[in-house]
Amino acid sequence: MNAPPQTRPLVEVDQVRQRYPKGSGENLLVLDGVSLHLADKEIVSLLGRSGCGKSSLLRIIAGLMPASEGRVMLDGHPVAGPAAEVAMVFQTFALFPWLTVQENVEIGLEAQGVAPAERRRRALEAIDLIGLDGYESAYPKELSGGMRQRVGLARALVVHPKLLLMDEPFSALDVLTAETLRTDLLDLWHEGRMPISSILLVTHNIEEAVLMSDRIVVLAANPGRIAAEITVSLPQPRNRLDPPFRQLVDDIYALMTQRPADRHAAGLHGSGISLLLPRVSTNLLAGLMEAIAADPYRGRADLPELAATLQMEIDDLFPVAETLHLLRFAELAEGDIRLTDPGRRFVDLGPDERKHLFAQHLMAHVPLANHIRRVLDERGNHRAPASRFRDELEDHMSEQFADQTLRAVTAWGRYAESFAYDEATGVFSLDNPG
Amino acid sequence: MARLSQPRIDQRPPLPLRSEGLRPNPYDLAIFIMVAAAFVVLAHGAREMAAPVGQLAIHPITLDPANLPEYALRTVLRMFAAIAASLVFTFVVATLAAKSRRAELVIIPALDILQSVPVLGFLTFTVVYFLNLFPGSQLGAECAAIFAIFTAQAWNMAFSFYQSLRTLPPDLDEAARHFRLSPWLRFWRLEAPFAAPGLIWNTMMSMSGSWFFIVASEAITVGNTTVKLPGIGSWLALAIDQKDVPAVLMAVGTMALVILAYDQLLFRPIVAWADKFRFEQTAAQRRPRSWVYDIWRHTRLMRRLATLLGALAGQLSALMPRRVLPRTIAAPPPAVGRVIDWLWLALVLAACAWALWRIVQFVDVSLGWRDVGQAVELGLLTLLRVVVLIFLASLVWVPIGVWIGLRPGIATRVQPIAQFLAAFPANVLFPIAVVAIVHWKLDPNVWLSPLMVLGTQWYILFNVIAGASAFPTDLREAASLFRLRNWQWWRQVILPGILPYYVTGALTATGGSWNASIVAEVASWGDTTLQAAGLGAYIADATAKGDYARVVLGIAVMSVMVTACNRLVWRPLYRLAERRFRLT
Repeated sequence: MNAPPQTRPLVEVDQVRQRYPKGSGENLLVLDGVSLHLADKEIVSLLGRSGCGKSSLLRIIAGLMPASEGRVMLDGHPVAGPAAEVAMVFQTFALFPWLTVQENVEIGLEAQGVAPAERRRRALEAIDLIGLDGYESAYPKELSGGMRQRVGLARALVVHPKLLLMDEPFSALDVLTAETLRTDLLDLWHEGRMPISSILLVTHNIEEAVLMSDRIVVLAANPGRIAAEITVSLPQPRNRLDPPFRQLVDDIYALMTQRPADRHAAGLHGSGISLLLPRVSTNLLAGLMEAIAADPYRGRADLPELAATLQMEIDDLFPVAETLHLLRFAELAEGDIRLTDPGRRFVDLGPDERKHLFAQHLMAHVPLANHIRRVLDERGNHRAPASRFRDELEDHMSEQFADQTLRAVTAWGRYAESFAYDEATGVFSLDNPG
Repeated sequence: MARLSQPRIDQRPPLPLRSEGLRPNPYDLAIFIMVAAAFVVLAHGAREMAAPVGQLAIHPITLDPANLPEYALRTVLRMFAAIAASLVFTFVVATLAAKSRRAELVIIPALDILQSVPVLGFLTFTVVYFLNLFPGSQLGAECAAIFAIFTAQAWNMAFSFYQSLRTLPPDLDEAARHFRLSPWLRFWRLEAPFAAPGLIWNTMMSMSGSWFFIVASEAITVGNTTVKLPGIGSWLALAIDQKDVPAVLMAVGTMALVILAYDQLLFRPIVAWADKFRFEQTAAQRRPRSWVYDIWRHTRLMRRLATLLGALAGQLSALMPRRVLPRTIAAPPPAVGRVIDWLWLALVLAACAWALWRIVQFVDVSLGWRDVGQAVELGLLTLLRVVVLIFLASLVWVPIGVWIGLRPGIATRVQPIAQFLAAFPANVLFPIAVVAIVHWKLDPNVWLSPLMVLGTQWYILFNVIAGASAFPTDLREAASLFRLRNWQWWRQVILPGILPYYVTGALTATGGSWNASIVAEVASWGDTTLQAAGLGAYIADATAKGDYARVVLGIAVMSVMVTACNRLVWRPLYRLAERRFRLT
C-alpha cells in the first residue's frame, strides 16, 4: 500500500469475477471484471435489474461469499469473511422473530463480546436515533414492515460500522413507507448523526438511486458488469419533479434499455435456442401492447412515464418490454417503446386471431419454440420429454435459468397452441395444438 | 431506574415490569409450591433408584393401591430421565449431522433405520450389560429400563432437529454470519430457537410413544434374567398375571391422570411459551394457551429470579470462545476435499460390507436360510395386517374426521381428545381383548390384529381433522354453489384438500402399527397366552427365550420392510401430496 492513508478508498473492488456455483455453462458468469471504489463520505448506488449480480457483489464486499477471482480491499485490508467495519441491512429485514427489538439490535454487540450494560446503552441510543422509542420490548411480528426495517437499520448502526451496506432495503415496503424511510435516512446522513462514513446501496429503482446517491454504478446483466458510472451532482434535498432530476432518470432508462450492437435484443442473453427467456405471461404482453396503443401514448410511450402510470418497477416492466421487442411486436429505443405494425394489428384482433399472430411471431423469432415444434413434428408419436430440451439448455446456462427459460417457452407455446405440455409426465406433445 | 446513569435513558418512562421490584404476589406462591413439590418428588425418586438391589426382593411389587402413586412417580421419572438423555443425544448427533457432510453420510441413514427398528429389540442386548455395570444396586436395572425408553424416543427428535438445522431461513443465516456470531451464540440465538417448535412437538410424541413399552421396559424378562422394577409397568404385568381386573383398571386410570398432569403442568406451558419461536412474521390468529403459563406470566418474584438466572447463564455464555473459526471463509482446495470425501466414502462402504459379511456369517452359523425365509413370510403376514387395518381405520376415521373438521365448534373440542387418545398406551387394554377372544373362541390370527391400530388410528383422525379445519372457505363455498355432492364432492373437493394431512397421519399410524405388532401379536391374561402368526410374535417369542440370533433376524427383516414401505410408498405419496395438493 504505497498510497497515503487519507486518499485510500474505503472499498476497492478490483477485477472481480463470480461464477455460478454449479451448472455446466462454463462461460456463464454472475460478475465479470467488476472494478469499483468507494470513498469516504459518499452514498453510492449499485443499480441494475434482477439477475445482474448486484446482490452478489454486495455479498462479496460484505465477506459473506468469496469472489471466484479478483481482489476486494476494505479499508486497506483484503476481505476474508465478515468484517467488523461493515454492517448490512437486508431486503427481507432478517430479524430474529424470537428476539425483541432490543435483543435484535444488541445481537451484533453480543457477538463482539460487549458487556451487557454497555450493550444496552448503545442499543437504546440506536433505537432512539432511528425513531423506535417505546418498541424496545416488542417482537418483530408485532411491527409493520417499515418499523421492522428501522430495527434492521438500528441493528446495523449500533455496531458503528464504517461502511453501511443496504440490499434493496425499501423494496419490500409500500410506496409511502419506503419514501418516509428514505427521507429519514437522508436526513440522518446529512445531519451527520449516523456513525458511518459511507453507504453502498443496492437497488433496482432508478428514482431511488437518483434521489439518494452521490454516484450511481449501473450494472448490466449476463454477465454482470459495469455499464456506466454516473455522478449525481444535484443538490440535496432533491425534488423528484425537478426537470434535471427527470432528465437524469430518463437518461438512465435509455441507458438500461439500449441495445448492445451484438445482441439479439436488449437485456436478453444468449443466442439461438439458448436465448435466455424471461417468464412473462401472455396476458401482460397483451396488456402492455393495449396500454401503449391507447391514449395518451398512441403507439409510442416514454418508459419512465409508462412505469409510473402502470405502477410497475423496472424489474416488472423491462422483461415485458423486452419480450415484445424479441417478438417484434414493439421496439425499444432511447428510453421509449414503440409498437411495430404487427403489434398494432395484434391489439385490434379478436382472441383466436391474436393467438394465430402470436404463434407466427413465436415460431419466427423465438428459436427455442421453433426447435421444440420441429422436434415434435419430426417424431412419429409427436412427443418429446422436457428433459431433452432442458439438457440442451443447461449446456449454455445455469440450471435455474434453463428452468426459467423452459417454463417461459412452455407458457407461450400453450397460449399460441403451438404445442402442449403435460406437467405430471414432463412431456411436450402436439396432443392439443391449434 | 436509578441504577442507570445515562441521562438519555432516565428520561424514558419506566416500563411497568421493572418498577414492581421483588415483592412476591399470589401467583409467585402458586409457582413456588409447584416448583418445590417437583424438587421434593425428584429427590425422593432419585434416592429410591439408587437403592440396593436386595430391596427388590424384600419389597416385591404388590397390587396395593397405596403403592400406586409411588409407582407412577418412578415410571414418570424414568421417562423424563430418558427424555433428558434423548435431548442430549439430539443436540450432539443432529448438530454433527447438520454441520459435517461426512458425518451426515453415516448418521442420517442410521437414524432412518433406527427409527423403524422395533425398540423392544434393543432391550435384549443391553440388559445384561447394564446389570453388570452397577452390581448390587438397582441402578443397573434402572439404566436398562431408561435405555429401553430412550430407544423409543430419541430418533424422531434427532431427525426433527436435524431437519430444522438444514432448513434455516437463508436470510437469518446470512445475518448471523454477517454479525459474526460465534458457533455458541449462533446455536442459542438462531438454531435452537428455530428448531424449538418442531423439537417440542416431537418430544411430546416421543413421550407418548414410550408409554407403549412401559410394561416391557420395567418388567424385564430376557432369557432367564427377570427383573421387576417398581413402576406402573410392573404393576400391570403383575395384574395381568394374576387376572386382577380392578388392578388393571386402576393402572389405566393412574396413567390417564399422570399423562394429564404432565401435559397440563409441563408440556402445555412449554408449548405456549415456545409459540414465540414459530417462524412466522405475522402474528397468529389463535395462540396456544396454558393456565400454568398464564400464572407464571403474572408472577413477580419468580420472573425476577428467572431473569437473574438468565443473566447468569448469559455471563457464563460470554465466557465461551467468541470465535473458534478463523475469519477466512476460504475452503481447503477442492481437490484435497474430494480426495478426503472419497476416502471417507470408501471407509464407510468397507464398514458396511464388513457388517454385512458378519451378519451373513452369523445367520449362516446360528440359523439356516430356512429361518430367513420363515421370518420374511411372517413379515409379509404382518404387513398384510398393517395394510388391511390402516385401510379399515381410514375408511372409518376419514369421513368422521372430515365431518368434525368442517365444524369448528366441535373440532376445537374433539381435537385435544383425539391427541390424548393417541398419547394413551392402548396396549394396557389388550388383556380385555384376550378375555373376549377366549370367551367367544375366536381366531386370534384375525382378532388380535385390531390391537395393532388401537393406539395408532388416532393419528389418522386428528390429522384429518386438522386438514378439514384448514380447508379454505372459498373452495367450500364454490363447491356448494356448483352443487357438488356425494362422491363427486369427496373425490374432487375434500379428499385432494386433506391429502397432505392424511398422508402424514397414515404414515405415522403405519409406523406405530409395525412397532405395536410386537406387543399386539402376543397377548396374555393370567396363564392364557394367545398368539397370532406374524413377525411381531416371532420377535417377542425370541426375546422371551433369549434367542439372540432370531431376535436379530426378526428385527432386521422388520427394519428392511418398514424402510422399504416408507421409501416406496409413503415418501412418493407425500411428495405428490405436497406438490399437487398443498393448498396454502
